[in-house]
Amino acid sequence: MSKHVIVIGGGVAGLEAAGQLSKAGIEVSLIEKDSLTGGHLNNWYKLFPDRRHSSEVKAYLDGISLNDRIRLLTGTTVEKFHRNKSHFSIITDKGKELSADAVVVATGFDLFKSEKKEEYGYGIYDNVISSSDLEVMFRSGKIVLQNGTVPKTIGIVHCVGSRDEKAGNLYCSKLCCVTAVKQAIELREHLPASKVFCFYMDMRMGGAFYEELYREAQEEWAVNFIRGKVSEASETIDNKLVIKVEDTLAGRPLKMELDLLVLMAGMEMSEGGKKIATLSGLTTGQNRFFSAADPHYGSNRSNINGVFYAGTCTAPMNITETISHARAAVSDVMDYLKESN
Amino acid sequence: MKQEGKRAIWSEYQKEIADDKFFYVRSCIRQNFFPGSEVAFLRIMRDVLKKDVYEHPCHTTCSGIGYHGDVVPVETAMTVVARQFALMTEAGYTNYVPSCITSFGLYTEILDTWHHFPEVEEKVRKQLKKATGREFRIPENLAHASDVIYKFRKEIFAQAKYKLINKETGEPLKVVDHIGCHYAKMFPSKGVGGAEYPYVLSGMVEEWGGETIDYPERRHCCGFGFRQYLVQANRGFSVACSKEKFESMKPFKPDMIITNCPGCPMFLDRWQYVINEMEGKRYGKNGEGIPVFTYEEVAGLVLGFDPWDLGLQMHQTDCEPVLKKMGIEYSPEDKYNTKICASVSENHNLINV
Repeated sequence: MSKHVIVIGGGVAGLEAAGQLSKAGIEVSLIEKDSLTGGHLNNWYKLFPDRRHSSEVKAYLDGISLNDRIRLLTGTTVEKFHRNKSHFSIITDKGKELSADAVVVATGFDLFKSEKKEEYGYGIYDNVISSSDLEVMFRSGKIVLQNGTVPKTIGIVHCVGSRDEKAGNLYCSKLCCVTAVKQAIELREHLPASKVFCFYMDMRMGGAFYEELYREAQEEWAVNFIRGKVSEASETIDNKLVIKVEDTLAGRPLKMELDLLVLMAGMEMSEGGKKIATLSGLTTGQNRFFSAADPHYGSNRSNINGVFYAGTCTAPMNITETISHARAAVSDVMDYLKESN
Repeated sequence: MKQEGKRAIWSEYQKEIADDKFFYVRSCIRQNFFPGSEVAFLRIMRDVLKKDVYEHPCHTTCSGIGYHGDVVPVETAMTVVARQFALMTEAGYTNYVPSCITSFGLYTEILDTWHHFPEVEEKVRKQLKKATGREFRIPENLAHASDVIYKFRKEIFAQAKYKLINKETGEPLKVVDHIGCHYAKMFPSKGVGGAEYPYVLSGMVEEWGGETIDYPERRHCCGFGFRQYLVQANRGFSVACSKEKFESMKPFKPDMIITNCPGCPMFLDRWQYVINEMEGKRYGKNGEGIPVFTYEEVAGLVLGFDPWDLGLQMHQTDCEPVLKKMGIEYSPEDKYNTKICASVSENHNLINV
């Protein structure tokens, strides 16, 4: 008899896990809260470090996940989660009951709400935007200020809501630095007359070809990197932004007028993930992400036998890592299903 | 600017403020700087709002200025504060209201320290008992006096004689609100509106008809900064700080500044005079200065108190431009004919009656 697995979350990890499970002959129910699958990928413009368009990755994920073995339940949330011996039962907000032999949790991440860093004025000053807002601008091909004019001087703030005790997030979101570098290059490409300043604590360019992208940003695109945290943003009577920052290499404070300020929002455990944790009894770590059964060799396993994790619901990851993590989750699921036969 | 963004932040920072029966403690320095303000607070609370406000004759400095000036050790400051709480306890009150922002900050810091380190509180209790024989209870409610006026801003407006509106043009007065550093910068959750966009004074200004200004150096130090002024050699920094603020707010054409700290009105007021003497520069409209007020003075003006009973003649930057804009009836010739609050009943100058 065919086995059935429920995948919760239809972002990159969920789609990859569902696709690989179906390839292995498993019946899959894929639950996605939004009306579209793809998660954050639907908002991104080009991906780092190779700068390919995000739609290419989305097309790959659709290719493996749109098939007869996968029952797609979009616009659906999980309201009840039960385990009865080796069977799982999930009741959705639409009253539908689903039963399965295993569950893959792929609830992903939420971007840090930039308005929580009150001193940067997101949601208050007209031309303070988040990295996600800028991706939407890139997609529309229109990078303009609130009054419709083109920005000339642009600041990018790293580590917004990451490595920040005050924000409650001690961890590094790992991808904001390279996102900032990528977006700085894209800003210079779209707006060649602009000046772009990145304000960073450290440049954490840990992925393959990230460091090269960082060099390219400096050498070919003349992006200015200033080591120091922005302490506050405010607005002049002419609607310009004024930021204060300490240049820790020069050892002096800076005050600078900008047209646009972009905040590199970090990654946090998603609200959807928190809800699943509460409903199911899955444990979370100090960083509020799901905690794996073993950090070294069991990062896809949970504290509940038969429930597995895929992707950024466990920690910040890039797309490459997310896809690999989802495939590893499928490998664990297959072992589990074989053992439980 | 999106006002709704600020409102969302304000809604995150609401604090509990007691409704009645306040144990009020005065500031060491406000009575010298702005002698009418604390009397005005008592008059508003007792006569206008009919609240029970008690003052203890044995209250002393909280030692906050010494603590922040690095001359009073924290344990000494804690024991002094414990004694103040003992006075409150002995008087049968539980709602503690300091007039001074630095006191409020110090009390908040000490209560937080005791919360996290109960053994420190225990030690201080022993020290106080040994030194004075006194015991104390922790206040049930700690609010700065500006929090209390903020809480009753609607009740004050219900009895208002004047509004923060330019009588000639009908436009709201443009008001710079300057919050004392020790109000919420150390403990944002203890301030109305938090630390970045405090609402405590903005709330009063909006309620009474004015409009607050958000200018780039809004968070910048007033110029007091303790060591900037207390160390004589540093006083140039003090003036420079205030000047930075004036330069930044000038394009917004403010009609007045409202403050809730002992030092801020002093320095924002005095340094305008000094800068004018040094450079012949003024920051208000028509070659005038920007009048600087305490929140009690503004509340008093709104309620129709006599400006000279409020002590506005003590300001070094003339307050008259605002009086005229608000349409306040006042007697220019009485400005320096102090009547020692003749219009106030004599009880108001006593501690408790």
